[in-house]
Amino acid sequence: MKSDEYEMKLQIGMLQRLLPFFSLIALFLILSIASPYFLTATNLSSVVRQTAVINIMALGMTLIIVSGGIDLSVGSVLAFAGVAGTMTMVGSGSVMLGIAAGVFFGFVWGFVNGFTITSLKIPPFIVTLGTLGIARGLTLVVTDGLPVVGLPKEHSFLGEGTVGPAPFVLLVLIVCAGIMHVALHSTKLGRYTYAIGSNEEAAVYAGIPVGRYKIAIYAISGMLTGLAAMIETSRLMTGQPTAGVSYELQVIAAVVIGGGSLTGGEGTVIGTLIGAFIMGLLSNGSDLLGVNPYWQQAIIGAIIIMAVALDEARKRRFAA
Amino acid sequence: MLLELNGIRKSFGGVHALTRGDMYVESGQVHALIGENGAGKSTLMKIVAGLQRRDGGEMRLKGAAVDFAKPAEAHRSGISMVHQESLLAPHLTVAENVFLGHELLRGPLADRRAMDKKTSRLIAEHRFPLDADQRVQTLSPAQKQLVEILRALQSDASLLIFDEPTSSLSESETVEVFKIVRQLRDRGKGIIYITHRLIELDEIADNVTILRDGETVHSCPRSEITTQEIVHHMVGREVSAIYERGKLAPGEVKLKADLPGAAFEIRAGEIVGIAGLMGAGRTELCQTLFGITPAHEGSIEVDGEKRTIGSPRDAVAAGIALVTEDRQQTGLALDLPIRANITMAHLDAVCSGGLVQAGAEEEVAESYRARLRIRAESSRRRARQLSGGNQQKVVIAKWLFRNTGVVLFDEPTRGIDVGAKAEVFALMEEMAAEGKALLMVSSELPELLQVADRILVMRNGAIVAELPRETTQQEIMHHAAVGA
Repeated sequence: MKSDEYEMKLQIGMLQRLLPFFSLIALFLILSIASPYFLTATNLSSVVRQTAVINIMALGMTLIIVSGGIDLSVGSVLAFAGVAGTMTMVGSGSVMLGIAAGVFFGFVWGFVNGFTITSLKIPPFIVTLGTLGIARGLTLVVTDGLPVVGLPKEHSFLGEGTVGPAPFVLLVLIVCAGIMHVALHSTKLGRYTYAIGSNEEAAVYAGIPVGRYKIAIYAISGMLTGLAAMIETSRLMTGQPTAGVSYELQVIAAVVIGGGSLTGGEGTVIGTLIGAFIMGLLSNGSDLLGVNPYWQQAIIGAIIIMAVALDEARKRRFAA
Repeated sequence: MLLELNGIRKSFGGVHALTRGDMYVESGQVHALIGENGAGKSTLMKIVAGLQRRDGGEMRLKGAAVDFAKPAEAHRSGISMVHQESLLAPHLTVAENVFLGHELLRGPLADRRAMDKKTSRLIAEHRFPLDADQRVQTLSPAQKQLVEILRALQSDASLLIFDEPTSSLSESETVEVFKIVRQLRDRGKGIIYITHRLIELDEIADNVTILRDGETVHSCPRSEITTQEIVHHMVGREVSAIYERGKLAPGEVKLKADLPGAAFEIRAGEIVGIAGLMGAGRTELCQTLFGITPAHEGSIEVDGEKRTIGSPRDAVAAGIALVTEDRQQTGLALDLPIRANITMAHLDAVCSGGLVQAGAEEEVAESYRARLRIRAESSRRRARQLSGGNQQKVVIAKWLFRNTGVVLFDEPTRGIDVGAKAEVFALMEEMAAEGKALLMVSSELPELLQVADRILVMRNGAIVAELPRETTQQEIMHHAAVGA
């Protein structure tokens, strides 16, 4: 009897967990019917391209949020890595070197965040609030506020190119998401990330080198932000020192809509992808249907609160 | 008669927490409510204090039938519960905490001065070592307990319920609290004193009521019952009889500690008990051996090899595990599945090519679930959904899987029910039989006497005596309290 009840709870919990996924499908169907322009190759590619940057950053943020942390600096780091990467690209004339530099500088900022959090024992919220300012400031200082221009034409392939019918960024996203999914579920790094996020003290008591793993988590997320930065520069074909302002909110929102918990220990790559695409479709759909863009922000804000409220309700019922 | 409880019943989702709670409390008396963890003491008292609603039974206060739906109603009727110190707001002052929820007002504003004055008056009256405007976070555990008592005094309650007030206090602080309890009794207040520490009864109790498995099994004046009889009532015949450990010949020295005040060895196959009062340094000893508060001097040897232990990581690498006192805080990732908790300290063993092998992990977790009889449908369930005893088994499974040669147990039976206790002891014995060296810290002397091969007694941070397992509670207490 008790076991049946539990099974039922489990199934209800499962259904509620799939809610973001159903929402995404519903959104997709509604837009297909509401707008004749939605279900076209051009529009869908553009949705993918628009969301790729947020999506790739959100993969890293998933790792951080699962570990019980937060990174507010990702938007500024995106600008810094983008500028540094494009400057390298322009200076060396090599696209690959430029992209590598962008990823590297993203890594450096992630490492700095992780190292500061663990060595100075300051909450991630504060540390990354600080680096949000520092990275943006340094970017503006280095560029004097002007965009980096004169990028080699081939660089546009990363953000705008296609492989067969698919946008190249979609492949990049799928590869990154695949790696992150496996990393989160089946590697020591991923398992320890859940353990740290669920109960950091217990992780320490189990002999896990928590500090080292935390630094790795922020550094990996930084690399993904660096990669996202180079995609952004490829789409704009400039290195904008003002790029990525308030991206952190969209990135965190994607993770949270996808079931990530800001208290740590919960979150999945698939959930995050769904969360990012829900936001991408909302924004695309609003554009197609002529919804005032000012309303978009308000709608997304309301959806974040709703998603978390539903998730909390599920957890409460499940824990009882 | 101040308070009468007749046949109080309460269950939580099919689990009977109380089947027949009877208790009769007079004014001007200290009535001890005793029983093991899970016996239903807290549930019964929560019903009296209006924190929980009873399912059945009768409750009378000064002769009138009462039924409290909210703590505020019980409060208005003169019932006040002195909680353990954790329920205070640390950033507020003593006075603000004392009046929290019952602020004195002048118009719409809190009358800070009146509250400070009234608090200071109460403090002076009882000669508490406190100031009304001190912040609670700067206080010692005993002082916090005094703040809780002030809260009760402020409301001028006629019935005070003390919920294990000495559980986090040192010896001298405990004496202080006793003094205050007696003072309150002499002023004609009725006092219910919840404890599971029998040594406190002689100090404080006029009457005792003993609960076991949700039922009042005995009630009488303290003077009419011996400690032995109380233990008998608390534990019940069937449990006290089940455990009798065979003597094994100890093997090689597994752990050799030479720390300031604590030099001892544990051999393979041995279970060494650590006794002492609160604050005697028992938990600290475990924390030093496990690298949480590393030793600055002295040495620790495992299997004859000197090891530097500066962190839990070093300890685990050296082959030392710690089953902590507070498993929810430091032992388990509650929202992760049982299986992830079991493999957490030894993930490499289920990894291959850098990836965790789900099948291997499941096999490991399921085998421990079966062997330790962890009561859950599957090892996929979250640790949070288990009872205290089953959670403790998961923690033990984690260290069994890691297979350390030395396992430290800090209060291994805290918060787990009688049946699970016997199982935990059986597991400990099994581990010893496998050649592990075990250290067990416990405040429950009967348990130490039951399980340990020999007992080290600590006082003021140092080991003061080593006693054989044939020793008595009196002997241990003698060393723990005053010294030889």
